[in-house]
Amino acid sequence: MAVQLDARPPVVPAHRTPRPTRAARLSRFDTRYSPYLYIAPFFLLFGVFGIYPLIYTFWVSLHDWDLLGVDHPFVGFDNYTQLMADPDFWHSVVNTLGIFVISTVPQLLAALWLANLLNRQLRARTSWRMAVLIPNVTSTAAVAIVFAVLFGREFGMINWLLDHVGVDAIDWKANRVAAWVAISTMVDWRWTGYNALIFLAAMQAIPRDLYESASIDGASRSRQFWSITVPLLKPTIVFAVIISTIGGLQLFTEPRLFNSGTNAIRGGPMRESQTVTMYMFENAFAPHYNFGYGSAIAWMLFVLIAVVAAINVLLLRRLGGGARKEESR
Amino acid sequence: MATFTRRRLAAVALIATTALLGTAACGGGDDKPAADGPITLTVDVFGQFGYDDLYKEYMASHPNVKIVERGTGSNLDEYSPKLTQWLAAGKGAGDIVAIEEGLLVEYKANPQNFVNLLDHGAADLKGNFLDWKWNQGLTADGKQLIGLGTDIGGMAMCYRKDLFAKAGLPTDRDAVSKLWPTWQDYIKVGEQFKAKNTGASFLDGATNTFNTVLLQAAGNTTGYSYYDTSNNLVVDSNPAVKQAYDTTMDIIDSGLSGKYGSWSEEWVSAFRQSKFATIACPAWMTGVIEGNAGPTAKGKWDIAQIPGNGGNWGGSFLAVPKQSKHQAEAIELAKFLTSAKGQIGAFKAKGPLPSSPQALEDPAIVDSKNAYFSDAPVGKIFAEGAKSLKPVYMGPKNQAVRTEVENAVRTVELGQRNPEQGWTDAVNNAKKAAAK
Repeated sequence: MAVQLDARPPVVPAHRTPRPTRAARLSRFDTRYSPYLYIAPFFLLFGVFGIYPLIYTFWVSLHDWDLLGVDHPFVGFDNYTQLMADPDFWHSVVNTLGIFVISTVPQLLAALWLANLLNRQLRARTSWRMAVLIPNVTSTAAVAIVFAVLFGREFGMINWLLDHVGVDAIDWKANRVAAWVAISTMVDWRWTGYNALIFLAAMQAIPRDLYESASIDGASRSRQFWSITVPLLKPTIVFAVIISTIGGLQLFTEPRLFNSGTNAIRGGPMRESQTVTMYMFENAFAPHYNFGYGSAIAWMLFVLIAVVAAINVLLLRRLGGGARKEESR
Repeated sequence: MATFTRRRLAAVALIATTALLGTAACGGGDDKPAADGPITLTVDVFGQFGYDDLYKEYMASHPNVKIVERGTGSNLDEYSPKLTQWLAAGKGAGDIVAIEEGLLVEYKANPQNFVNLLDHGAADLKGNFLDWKWNQGLTADGKQLIGLGTDIGGMAMCYRKDLFAKAGLPTDRDAVSKLWPTWQDYIKVGEQFKAKNTGASFLDGATNTFNTVLLQAAGNTTGYSYYDTSNNLVVDSNPAVKQAYDTTMDIIDSGLSGKYGSWSEEWVSAFRQSKFATIACPAWMTGVIEGNAGPTAKGKWDIAQIPGNGGNWGGSFLAVPKQSKHQAEAIELAKFLTSAKGQIGAFKAKGPLPSSPQALEDPAIVDSKNAYFSDAPVGKIFAEGAKSLKPVYMGPKNQAVRTEVENAVRTVELGQRNPEQGWTDAVNNAKKAAAK
C-alpha cells in the first residue's frame, strides 16, 4: 500500500534529525499510547471483576477450603473428580438444561411473533412497545414470590383454575416437570418482551423495499416473514440465543424463591427444581460451607455454558446456511 | 495541536483515575470509630428475640450507645449463611451476633472468629445460666467461651380450641394434655379428629413433629441425636433416630399431616386459614404462631403438654465477633441482654424461654400468662420442665445431616417415597452430607 499520492517532490530535511520538540514528542506518545489508555478502563474493570475472580475461583477449587477454616490444604483436582461422580450435581445439570429448553424455545418464538406484530402499523404503537418491556423492569424477586404463590399446591390460583376445568391439583413444587414448567413461566414472563424489543429493533433495519418487491411478487405475509425477516434477523437471533443461554444456565433467583421454607436452596425435597447455581450455593455456603467444592461447581458451570453456547452457534449456523441458500435462489 | 493533545491526555488520565477511584471506593468503607462521639452497636438476629424494650432501657442508661438490630423476623436459613460470609470475609458482621444452638457447633470449630468472653469477666456469670447451656457455649477444650445463652426451647403442644370443639374433642388444656400421654395416644386422638372431617388436618407437617420426637427421645435416652459425643455419625445406629422416624411414619400413615413444608409460604397461609389443629411447640414457637396466624386467631389457640416427656428444641446464644470495632461495649451489652433481667424482658415481649435459673424462678416468668393463647399459663407450662431438661449433644455437621434426614421424611410425607426407601435415603444422604 505504499503508493505515493503526494505529487510534490520529497522534502529534503534542512538539518539532520533535529531534536524533537516537546510537542512533537507528546504527539508521538499520544498516537502510540493513548489508544491503550482509552481502552484501559474496560480492561481494568474486567481484570478486577472478571479475570481475577475467575482465576481465584479456580485456585480455590483446588483446595479443601472450609469457609470459616484457617487451613486450606491443597487437594489438586480432588474436588473435580468428586464432582464428576456426584449424582446430585448431574441432577442439577439436567434440571438446569430442562428449564433452559422449556423456557428459551417458546420465549424466543413468542418474542419473534410479538416483534412482528409490533412492527406493523398500529395505533398507539409506542405504548404497545413500552408495554411489552414492563415485565422486565419488575424486580425478579417480586416476580418470583408472586409466581410462587400462584403456583401454590393448596392455596394457589393456578390449581384453583385447573380445578374449575376438572384437572386435579398439581403439586408444582414436588413434581419435577411441573416445577420446571412453573419456573419457565416466570422466566418467559420476564424476558419475552425484552427479546421482542431487540428483535423489533433489528426488524426496523430491514429495508422496506424487500417487502415491497415481495408483495409485488405476490408473497403472503407469513411467506415474507419466514423468507425475509427471519433470515435477515439471524445475527440478532444468535445474540439473543447466546444471552438467553448465559442467563438460562445461571438461573438462580426464580427457582430459589419459587421454593420457600426450610432449606429452599435444595429446590424441593428431591431437588426437583435445583439448578446448578443453587447446588453451587448449597455447597459453598449453607449448609456445607465447602468453598472449594462450590468453586469447582462454578468452574464446571462455566464450561457447561461455553459448551451449550457453542452448540447453539453451530446449530444456528446450520439453519442460517439453509436460509441463505434459499435467499440466493 | 500540542495543547489539544495535552488536554486530551488529561481527559484520558482523568477517566482512568476516576475508574480506579471508583473501584477502590467499593473496597473502602468507613468504619472508623468516633473517638468521643456516640457509638453504634449492631445486633444481628433472626426470628424474634424480643429485645426492643431492653434496647431502649440500655440506651437510656448509656447515652453514648446507639443500638441497631438487623434481621428481625428473618428465617434462620437466610441468616446463617450471611453470618458465615461475614465471618469469612472478616467484615460485615454486627457487634453482637445471635447463634442458634444447632449451628453453634460449626462456629465453635473455628473459635478464632469470636472474642473469648472468658477474657472479659464472663466466668463470673456461670451461675446465671443452666449448666448445660453454659457448657454449650464453651469450645471443646473448655478454654474459650463463644456465646452467652439467651433462651432454651422447652416443649409443649399448641392446639386450636375451635377446631377441637368442632371435632367433639375436649378443649380445656388440662383435659387435652390428658388425651396424649404418649405419641401413640396423640395419633389416636388425631384419628378421632380426622374422622370428624373438620376441613383441617390434625398437624401442620411431619418434619417439625419428627424433630420434636427425635430431640425428646434423644434427650431421654442417649443424650445425642445424629452424632455421638465422639462426633461419629450414628444416624443408622442411634435408636432415638429410628424411633422418631417410625413414630413420624405412623403419623403420616394415619393421614394426619397437612403436608405443609415448615416455614414455607403455604405453611404460613395454612396458619391463617386454620388448616391444622395442632403443632409441636417449643417455647419460641408461640411467637411464630402469633405472627403467622395473626390477630384474628387470638384466643383460638391454647397450649397443652407435649406427648412423651420433655425435650428441648433450639435456643440461642449471643456472641461477639473479633471483627467488632467496639468489643468492650458489645460484651457489656451482651451481658445485659443475657442477664436474668434481660431474659425476662425478652420472654415477656416474644416468648423465648429463659436459660437463666434465676429468671425461670422469677414470679414474672412463673406467673406469666399469654393472652394470645387464651391466657395459657406459659410460665408454668414451659418453666416447670425447663430446669430438668436433658440437652441433646449436636455434632459438627448437625445442620447438614438434619436437612437430609428431614427431607427424606418429607418425601415420604408427599408420597414420593415409601417409608423403607425414605429411611435408606435418610441414612445414605446423611452420610454423604457428613462427608462433604
